[in-house]
Amino acid sequence: MMYAAAAAGTAVCMLLVLARSIAGPNIFNRILAVNSFGTLAVMLIAIYGFLTGRPEFLDLSLVYALINFIGTIAVTKFVTFVGMGEGVERDDMGDI
Amino acid sequence: MSVDVISSDLLNVALLVFMGITAVAVARLRNLFAVVMLSGIYSLLGATLYVVLDAVDVAFTEAAVGAGISTVLMLGTLALTTSREKATPTARARTAMALSVAIGAVLIYATLDMPLFGDPSAPINHHVVPRYLDESLEETGVPNVVTAVLASYRGYDTLGETFVIFTAACGVLVLIGRPRRRKTDGTGASKA
Repeated sequence: MMYAAAAAGTAVCMLLVLARSIAGPNIFNRILAVNSFGTLAVMLIAIYGFLTGRPEFLDLSLVYALINFIGTIAVTKFVTFVGMGEGVERDDMGDI
Repeated sequence: MSVDVISSDLLNVALLVFMGITAVAVARLRNLFAVVMLSGIYSLLGATLYVVLDAVDVAFTEAAVGAGISTVLMLGTLALTTSREKATPTARARTAMALSVAIGAVLIYATLDMPLFGDPSAPINHHVVPRYLDESLEETGVPNVVTAVLASYRGYDTLGETFVIFTAACGVLVLIGRPRRRKTDGTGASKA
């Protein structure tokens, strides 16, 4: 029952983050929204594992956390060096 | 137990609703950076849904490729092109919408003939699965059944898929992997 409540809470958080990523006025809101959404997905998988009595899903959520981390670093690095349509000062470093 | 079953059903519904919201937003938004970010969220939702449906390996692929690599590739494409989408004429959008709805209806009609989800008497649970489960260790010597099927029983198939993926990766690298931005400094000289 407690796990179900936790899953419901995570789903509500997902809805809020989704609303922010759709409405988000600038790039940084959306990057942060995707990052938070990945964290919430990790939490949801972990909670779901305990909800259905299979705690080994925890390993899965750990790998998701790694993917989420690397993906966010890639996106932020890209936005920093490529500039997304704005002027780029360090264009030699754009292909990192 | 029944509370858990109901809540995992509700979780399925909630994930599908979120995916629907994300898909509509992707279709409606004109800012392509937001669309790329939303497609990352869509992949994460899909991966979570695959986990809930017990297809853990598919979920892994979806999370790594959909949310990770393809987001970065899409951002690379945006950097080379533009990040605003041109509005499609309404008539063309209506035609495309009607076509999508028609194809979706045909696909849903096709699923009516499929066996129920998890049905133990479905052909997929009878045809070769018992043999794989019983004899793959003796026949191939691989302890993991999925690996035995992928790398031994369907070895040539997997080899062909690897060729396809390698070719696709080469194509993507040729398209967006090289430094293409040239800085024009007034004299017309270009810098690679």
